[in-house]
Amino acid sequence: MTDRALSVVRAGALTTVQDQGRPGHAHLGVPRSGALDGPAAALANRLVGNGPDAAVLETTLNGCALRPRSTVTVAVTGAPCAVAVDGRPVAWGAPVRVPAGALLEVGPAVTGVRGYVAVSGGVAVEPVLGSRSTDLLSGLGPPPLTDGTVLPLGSPEALHARVGLAPQPAPPAELVLRVTPGPRHDWFTPQAARTFTSCVYRVSSASNRIGLRTEGPALDRALPGELPSEGMVLGAVQVPPDGRPVVFLADHPTTGGYPVIAVVRAADLPAAAQAVPGTPVRFVAVRRR
Amino acid sequence: MRALPVGDGALLVEVASGDEAQALHAELLRRRAEGSLSVREIVPAARTVLLDGLADPARLASELTASAVPPAPPRAVDVIELPVRYDGPDLADVAAHWGVPEEEVARVHAATEFRVAFCGFAPGFGYLTGLPSRYDVPRRATPRTAVPAGSVGLAGPYTGVYPRSSPGGWQLIGTTDAVLWDHARVPAALLSPGTRVRFVPSGPTGPAGAA
Repeated sequence: MTDRALSVVRAGALTTVQDQGRPGHAHLGVPRSGALDGPAAALANRLVGNGPDAAVLETTLNGCALRPRSTVTVAVTGAPCAVAVDGRPVAWGAPVRVPAGALLEVGPAVTGVRGYVAVSGGVAVEPVLGSRSTDLLSGLGPPPLTDGTVLPLGSPEALHARVGLAPQPAPPAELVLRVTPGPRHDWFTPQAARTFTSCVYRVSSASNRIGLRTEGPALDRALPGELPSEGMVLGAVQVPPDGRPVVFLADHPTTGGYPVIAVVRAADLPAAAQAVPGTPVRFVAVRRR
Repeated sequence: MRALPVGDGALLVEVASGDEAQALHAELLRRRAEGSLSVREIVPAARTVLLDGLADPARLASELTASAVPPAPPRAVDVIELPVRYDGPDLADVAAHWGVPEEEVARVHAATEFRVAFCGFAPGFGYLTGLPSRYDVPRRATPRTAVPAGSVGLAGPYTGVYPRSSPGGWQLIGTTDAVLWDHARVPAALLSPGTRVRFVPSGPTGPAGAA
């Protein structure tokens, strides 16, 4: 194998390859997938001089450890964490040179959930339907990393300007999600509509790349029965029979039969990707643009 | 027809029947092909078509609701034929629901021309319509934790084929060797919304392994 490669020394709890996903195939049942905290992934790519389409690694809670076979530039963004090269602390959120054969350690998240590790040249696994993203709902793309995985890297591009440092939002102490009502808000009681936008929910530990699950007051239905399957969008707030809202994230199913009470603004979803279990969640109704 | 806003950039267009949804889907594809509709995703479903990634959903909503759904266009000529062995473990239960012998389930199913109403659940999983409503069957009370790839199942008004092994609650009547999904193939999905499908028996009817 070429020396443009990255050995996975410690895969971490759940580390996946992510890029901007594979939108445009929902009619075939293919989720969009892609980095949950898109701005953080994009920043990591800019920091190492990659183009916006380059694939990065998305870590979950406890980081990972990697050993490049050739000298690379890396940047770690998203959930703040300690970063070290061969045991020596280096900067988080900034370009870092990692010599060939050195050990890059991405520590556990101090706050937040998902970290992004960009490597100059990008992770160059074979794309599936135009994307290298791991889709945990349908199993498309490369499987989650395991210890010992070797990932091919692309050639660094000289075309993209690098930035040295950039501000990043802190993971939310309270998650405020702006929502527009519908399309199925009329399936709920007026009391449920008030509860939804006035009570505080909490992020459930059952959350994953498919959806942000919540704990809190159940939302009662005004209409019984099942909705015939219909198309679902990113940010849809689906309410399953237990009445607890679920916010659809990147690996969400493309169709579903539970009513969608509201849709979260896309701009608020990166923060949802960084909200640890137990974080208070408020849904705030806003006017449609 | 109702056009329900979904978030800031999508519309859920709701119609009265599955046939209308298919006609609307065909019309929206035609508009996108001719360049008069700019949209990222067109997702047909049972009674709706979702349009996602619209610049001005409100304007499209008023346009769509002002015009009636045109009749379904002439059907495309190609029919995908799926070889099938009617050997599923739920064949007897389905026969009991229908009130016919197992061989008759196979005969009716193989004589039906299906159409992919929509996809979902998994990449390449099509919801096929075509059986008369008297043949609707409920899902299994307890879903299976693993349904093998290629299983042909029935649920409600739909027939479906599992593209890969997954949990599932459909009543399994048969098996096909056809590859429903192969991401290295173009197109990756054998079935897409609007595709016509026929099941062609390729072996004796009856549960697998039975003498």
